[in-house]
Amino acid sequence: MSDATLEGPVLSADGKPLKQSLNQALRKQKIRALVLIAPLLVFVLVTFVAPIGSMLMRSVQNTAGTDYIPDLMPNVVAAIQAWDPSTGEAPPEEVYRAMAIDMASAFENKTHTQLGRRFNYEAPGISSLFRKSGRPASGWDIETDGPFKEKFLDIDSGWGNVEYWAAIKANSGYYTSSYFLAAFDAQRGVDGISMKEPDQRIYQKLMLRTLGLSLLITFCTLALGYPVAWLLADLPLRTSNLLLILVLLPFWTSLLVRTSAWKILLQEQGVINNFWIALGFTERLSLINNQLGVIIAMTHILLPFMILPLYSVMKTIPPSYLRAAKSLGASNWTAFWRVYFPQTTAGIGAGALLVFILAVGYFITPELVGGADGTFISNRIYFQFAVSGNWGLAAALGTLMLVVILILYYVYDKLVGVDNVKLG
Amino acid sequence: MASKLPPYATTGQRIWFYSFRVLCGLVFFYLIFPILIIIPLSFNAENFFTFTPAMLRLDPEGYSLKHYEDFLGANGDYSWLQAFTNSLIIAPLATLLAVSLGTLAAIGLTQPHVPFRKQITALLISPMIVPLIITSAGMFFFYSRPFGISELGIQGTYAGVVLAHAALGIPFVIITVTATLSSFDTSLTRAAANMGADPLTTFFRVQMPLILPGVISGGLFAFITSFDEVVVVLLVGSAGQKTLPWQMFIGLREQISPTILAVATILVVISIALLTTVELLRRRSERLRGMSPG
Repeated sequence: MSDATLEGPVLSADGKPLKQSLNQALRKQKIRALVLIAPLLVFVLVTFVAPIGSMLMRSVQNTAGTDYIPDLMPNVVAAIQAWDPSTGEAPPEEVYRAMAIDMASAFENKTHTQLGRRFNYEAPGISSLFRKSGRPASGWDIETDGPFKEKFLDIDSGWGNVEYWAAIKANSGYYTSSYFLAAFDAQRGVDGISMKEPDQRIYQKLMLRTLGLSLLITFCTLALGYPVAWLLADLPLRTSNLLLILVLLPFWTSLLVRTSAWKILLQEQGVINNFWIALGFTERLSLINNQLGVIIAMTHILLPFMILPLYSVMKTIPPSYLRAAKSLGASNWTAFWRVYFPQTTAGIGAGALLVFILAVGYFITPELVGGADGTFISNRIYFQFAVSGNWGLAAALGTLMLVVILILYYVYDKLVGVDNVKLG
Repeated sequence: MASKLPPYATTGQRIWFYSFRVLCGLVFFYLIFPILIIIPLSFNAENFFTFTPAMLRLDPEGYSLKHYEDFLGANGDYSWLQAFTNSLIIAPLATLLAVSLGTLAAIGLTQPHVPFRKQITALLISPMIVPLIITSAGMFFFYSRPFGISELGIQGTYAGVVLAHAALGIPFVIITVTATLSSFDTSLTRAAANMGADPLTTFFRVQMPLILPGVISGGLFAFITSFDEVVVVLLVGSAGQKTLPWQMFIGLREQISPTILAVATILVVISIALLTTVELLRRRSERLRGMSPG
């Protein structure tokens, strides 16, 4: 090899500089990996991320049915801006006239009841005004039949209520903050935003209950799961594999089966109460349709999610550490607390976070065994969604919950790493 | 704590050792008892949810297959069977989608150089983390009018439920398959390519057979996720897509019929079968890698 070839850039076999060639190969590898991932990524984006995005949008969109409020009642929205609700006087005639026009066209499109329902979330009682006024308004002649203020007041004196008009004015844009206000137990009155009375702050109470019960359940799973995981890690592999089946079988059993099993066991005439009576007690225990039932059933359902991460961490701790501590004079407690326990904190963190994240979002079990005081925020979201049909509020509550979950998920990722999740 | 009590243990140590075992035994009992108790109860001859005196006497009169016959439509009500059929249509389709897309993506994610690997993994795992009520509410909105076009709506169709369930099953496929792939020796694919195999042949003849246990486990997880799911079906599905869990949920919420005991037993048997399969696969792959005593 002559000296000349050593000068200048190193070349690869095809004559290109080696650096460029390597970069090209790297780029090719990256593209190949992305091409393999792309179909799933697109699939998840369309079937999962887009729906969640559309839910986030729902929480601020000001719609009745599928249409925006300003599109449904353009004249009212334009006319009402000049009116100031803080004067305490009902809006001027122009607003009523605009309402007569919009009401007539809404009645034709059969959207006037939807509009009424939309504003009823902000001002309870207003929906009946819309329902009553649709048909009469469709018969009015806009040019000759005025003034419309009297005509509306003739139909229902509620049309003179300043609060109702204030609610319409406050929610006359394409977007609204009213669902989030409701989710935070706040309200917008004539004199601005204020918190509701303490005894009416239901969502605050529900959020705190959800977080509190989830924390308690996480603690119960830890208290029950820690000894079991320790025993499993300590036993010979053959025995522990056998015992592990007792943990994995509940994990694989249908959630509904486990919930119905608890419902059947805990009910007033159920197996546990009958056993209790057979023991000689006379009073039946009320174990279900309350918080106790939720705690018993959810601890059972989530216990495997605590035991499995704990077990996988404890398995890696050599038993000789404890023996060494004891031979150096540590008491049983000191050896456990100063030597063994600190090494298991990673497992505790992983298990506790996973259980807590899953518990906060639980719906089925609280719905079936929770009764009135054992329901979670999910149950309220479902109620608003499926029973009341207040989709905006359901979406706002869901958004708040999603924020909490995503923060926890972020912590979980930092602490454990999402690629370290293990199943079974 | 030691797995065996040494001969020199003091009385205190002995007490601690046995009370610890008893405590663990109680937790195991708590874990397994509610599931197993369902099985004998399902053979109850009466419409009760507790053991009748005849059952406790082990009198054959106290037992019957009545609830199983009702499940099969003996009382003229075929809704359970219909729900079971729906579950058996939806779950395999969702599994197929989740496994085929998930396996490809898992192979992509385990390549040596993947831009945004962490972020992509976090996104793909998130259907497991996001509460079902949020997912299904969002799916209800979006599937009714995807991208604002109501003609594309799949809310209340089999397609909608299958797509939704596939999305929920994907995290499980990703987790199990990437775990299997992390122990896969990539020089094998290079060796195959070296001997003239094209990428497809390499994949189907070399890589796939070796990662198959992980793929099947992931598939079983995805299957049970769909088979057990109720919130999404409630919101995204309609009465036509009534699945077994839907029927159970409605039954439990309104008036609880003893047929549920029979259904629960059938589901427990299915989960035992799935668990056994997954465990056998896991032990097999551990044995192949020399990690387990057999």
